[in-house]
Amino acid sequence: MKYMIMQDVFYIVVLMGLSIPLGNYIYKVMSGEKVFLSPLLVPVEKKIYKLMGTDGQEEMSAKKYAYSVVLFSVAGFVFLFLLLMLQGFLPLNPQKMRGTSWHLAFNTAASFISNTNWQAYSGESTLSYLTQFLGLTVQNFVSAATGIAVLFALIRGFTAKQKTTLGNFWADLTRIVIYVLIPLSMVVVLLLVSQGVVQTFSQYKEIASFGSGEAQVIPLGPAASQIAIKQLGTNGGGFFGMNSAFPLENPTILSNFIQVLSILLIPASLCVSFGKAVKDGKQGRTVYAAMLIFFAAALIAATASEQLTGPMLNGAISSGSMEGKEVIHGVGGSTLWAVATTAASNGSVNAMHDSLTPMAGLVTMFLMQLGEIVFGGVGSGLYGMLAFVLLTVFIAGLMVGRTPEYLGKKVEPFDMKMVCLLVLTPPLLTLLGTAVAVSMPFAASWLTNSGAHGFSEILYAFSSMANNNGSAFAGFNANTVFTNVTGGIIMLLVRFIPIGAAIFLAGNMAKKKTIAVSEGTLSTSNPTFIGLLIGVILIVGALSFLPALALGPIADFVTSR
Amino acid sequence: MKRLKELKPALVCFGIMTILCGMLYTAVITGISQILFPVQANGSIITILQKDGTEKEYGSKLISQDFKEPEYLIGRPAGVTNLSPVSKEEKKLVQERIDWWHSFDPGNPSDIPMDLVTASGSGVDPHITPQAAEYQVNRIAKARGMTEDEVRNIIKDYTSGRFLGFIGEPAVNVLKVNLALDGLL
Repeated sequence: MKYMIMQDVFYIVVLMGLSIPLGNYIYKVMSGEKVFLSPLLVPVEKKIYKLMGTDGQEEMSAKKYAYSVVLFSVAGFVFLFLLLMLQGFLPLNPQKMRGTSWHLAFNTAASFISNTNWQAYSGESTLSYLTQFLGLTVQNFVSAATGIAVLFALIRGFTAKQKTTLGNFWADLTRIVIYVLIPLSMVVVLLLVSQGVVQTFSQYKEIASFGSGEAQVIPLGPAASQIAIKQLGTNGGGFFGMNSAFPLENPTILSNFIQVLSILLIPASLCVSFGKAVKDGKQGRTVYAAMLIFFAAALIAATASEQLTGPMLNGAISSGSMEGKEVIHGVGGSTLWAVATTAASNGSVNAMHDSLTPMAGLVTMFLMQLGEIVFGGVGSGLYGMLAFVLLTVFIAGLMVGRTPEYLGKKVEPFDMKMVCLLVLTPPLLTLLGTAVAVSMPFAASWLTNSGAHGFSEILYAFSSMANNNGSAFAGFNANTVFTNVTGGIIMLLVRFIPIGAAIFLAGNMAKKKTIAVSEGTLSTSNPTFIGLLIGVILIVGALSFLPALALGPIADFVTSR
Repeated sequence: MKRLKELKPALVCFGIMTILCGMLYTAVITGISQILFPVQANGSIITILQKDGTEKEYGSKLISQDFKEPEYLIGRPAGVTNLSPVSKEEKKLVQERIDWWHSFDPGNPSDIPMDLVTASGSGVDPHITPQAAEYQVNRIAKARGMTEDEVRNIIKDYTSGRFLGFIGEPAVNVLKVNLALDGLL
């Protein structure tokens, strides 16, 4: 227990320490200031704009910004869908993988362009190397960059004064990819390869095993390059089916620490960037603090559950629940990861979440169901959280009878409509998807576990897809026409409805005058406000999900005692 | 027509990103990895020079292998169950594994460490806990006619500690211990 506490505290300290310089750096990149990489990258950037036929300076209205996001995502979707279907005819396919079914291609393309990385397949037995690096790795980068771009469009909406534009999407996207994501990935990837994450184009290795003499196949591939960005961009899709539990994807304690740190690094840094961008560090610290409080509470609850409520058996030493966990990570490292990956909308796993104890399973599910705002996805987590901030401001305004305002902007009916779309789309689709799935006559055949835990498998799956997380209770058989199609549609809706809402919210905010702070202005950066914000998030989450959670993990916990 | 004007930057931008993040980035990373870390980048295969001068591959140090004889260290159960740890099915399965250990090593009075009777997340966990190795020391020593301390010393050589002294868990690499027990490593 002592070591678990030490490593969790160390993790949070390192995360906070790194998030400050990185947050400042991202802010500078996104506001066009010079950074240390500028001499190297400005020429590259200019060249890219030239090829695109823009100068990167042209300002876009909300409508045009949103339209550009959608067009770009559609291009990515079509390309990935075709690549998946046609991979059997394409080169760099040493294991001779055939094209996937249409519904798996649809689900996977939807999943990767929406930064979800839900996987209804196992990489090493389904995908060619070409599909992995030319299709999936690329979406790992650009879907993350899209989220960050939309966040900055929203921030510009708050800081602009009576403007009609939000910046240029192509410039935002390009700058995030070449100044932030690629350089960071290069650092992470080399650390990972040094630990034993594979990075090669050779075919799978077949060796006569020393233990049994039987042939053993060791899957290989250009994995590390994808795994670095999978963690940094809150994507989470494993190169191999067992994700970061698989030793060739996450071989050592150090590689595990680097990966779990990468999961929250950019989402945490963006809180700092936000404070910088609105020229009020306290506003950034407020949302950061709210996220950290949720994170710490979840971590304590999940770790206690795993360590203390594991199975007791005669003849075996009770040492915390080890089912579905790797020895080197143990209860502490596995639980820290489980909480980080569901707090962020990452979804990679280093232990099997289906084998978490019921209450730890509940914590991971609830973190997703809150709407992926406890750090959340890169960009999307913070714009989701800002929607909750506006909701809190609105509710507080109603209580004291004043027009609500945030960052000097009045919050009006149109803004609240957009906030509702941001806040309510994920829970609505989670519950709808779960309800439809359990009413399917053949639903029981998809499950590994029975009873309440079986229901948890379905609830977890739809919580994951409808919040763009992508992790799974892996006992759930996801590769069916029903789940592929409904899940694919849900992932797209839950990504692009909030993106649209955030951009139009930004457009409307940008048009407004800034009003001066007066005596009666509600402070949005003091502890009282943090308390209010946490309260609002919990109420929305609890009201939406308590009944479903009672049928799943809570019933599981009570009946297994 | 106005709509179509936006199509060009979208397609060109996607094309550039595909070349940049897909091809160039992956190629550069692969090149650097193959030069700097050739063993790690190719699956950490254990290769040992034989007496006749040829090299033989014994497996990846990161992927478990199946050992079932009393003179070898035995690792965790292979495969992934995805079962709830508190379910009836799981309890039954673990009980079967406990019974297997008792019949395999009947004289052993100790309780069995949890990792030996539960499946891992990867299904190919190459490690066991030091306690799980210690549980097997007496049996291996007897089967091989070695002293317990000789076996313990070999296990110690292939035991990794916590990172920085407090992150992660100590672990014994099963394949390496077994290669060393046979005098190959």
